[in-house]
Amino acid sequence: MIFVTVGTQGPFERMVKAVDDWCAATPDAPPVFGQIGAPLGSTHKPQHFEWAERLDPGEFNRRFQEAALIVSHAGMGSIISALQGGKQIVVMPRLARLQEHRNEHQLATVRQMASRPGVHVAEDEAELPAVMAEALARARDKDAPVIDAFADASFTDALRAFIQKS
Amino acid sequence: MSNPTRIMAVASAGGHWVQLMRLRPSWKGMDVSYVSTDPGLEALLGTGAGEGIEARFKFYPVVDANRWTKMKLVKQLFQLLWIIVKTRPHVIITTGAAPGYFALRIGKMMGARTIWVDSIANAEELSLSGQQVRKFADLWLTQWQHLERPDGPDYKGSVI
Repeated sequence: MIFVTVGTQGPFERMVKAVDDWCAATPDAPPVFGQIGAPLGSTHKPQHFEWAERLDPGEFNRRFQEAALIVSHAGMGSIISALQGGKQIVVMPRLARLQEHRNEHQLATVRQMASRPGVHVAEDEAELPAVMAEALARARDKDAPVIDAFADASFTDALRAFIQKS
Repeated sequence: MSNPTRIMAVASAGGHWVQLMRLRPSWKGMDVSYVSTDPGLEALLGTGAGEGIEARFKFYPVVDANRWTKMKLVKQLFQLLWIIVKTRPHVIITTGAAPGYFALRIGKMMGARTIWVDSIANAEELSLSGQQVRKFADLWLTQWQHLERPDGPDYKGSVI
């Protein structure tokens, strides 16, 4: 199963359509399920995979954990969840110049996160099919390394010291 | 035995919340009020690696809002005001965005100490709410060392 998510910032039609096209062009593709966001101004509904506009957090986590591969907008929530779950993840940045986000921070995110094991960057919809195929092959081969459930203790200890300061 | 520290931990649903959850050891053994924008998150607090980490916790949902939904922002502000008056936190910590900004502003008026942890998604400049919250944050943090400045924000680590 491939789990597709656009996060909480509304639709990301460019990515969803590219995944839909990939499904149509890939007869041996595994089943795909997508959380595709509220349909604000969105006209494209996926024809080749199952989808929901939004998912309850429990259902979201369940589908995320069951997936062999995650395909997501370049949101840190998705990336962190993939690292915690040992999932290969394909990320494609939302672009503010296409009104897909408020600013271009997702471009910064892909620059910073591209070197992490298990994170595969598709810069745009043209790159997405090849990056998905590569990540899927990698996912079949092995899980990504799993990171701890919590931040490094040096950080949480520093916050705790501040919290306990009378 | 004295009562445990009362802490309020605030984040909107999605990536901000995912980051907040990675900070849970910071308030291990404390009395925690969680605030977020999706009521479905409550059920997940008692599961997984963070289960039982707080002395006790209660979850408070608020309406989802951002700077383009002004009426909802006003509603969210009043919800947070009510929750803070009711729970009287000693410390408020947030990873953003809108509800965290409001919580720090209200908390400051009510005498709470406040912590802003700017989202790790802001790798090249601080978020707009992060810049605006500066005077209301006793601890004002970026998660990127290269964004640290002598007069703030400070850097003490990141969630990953």
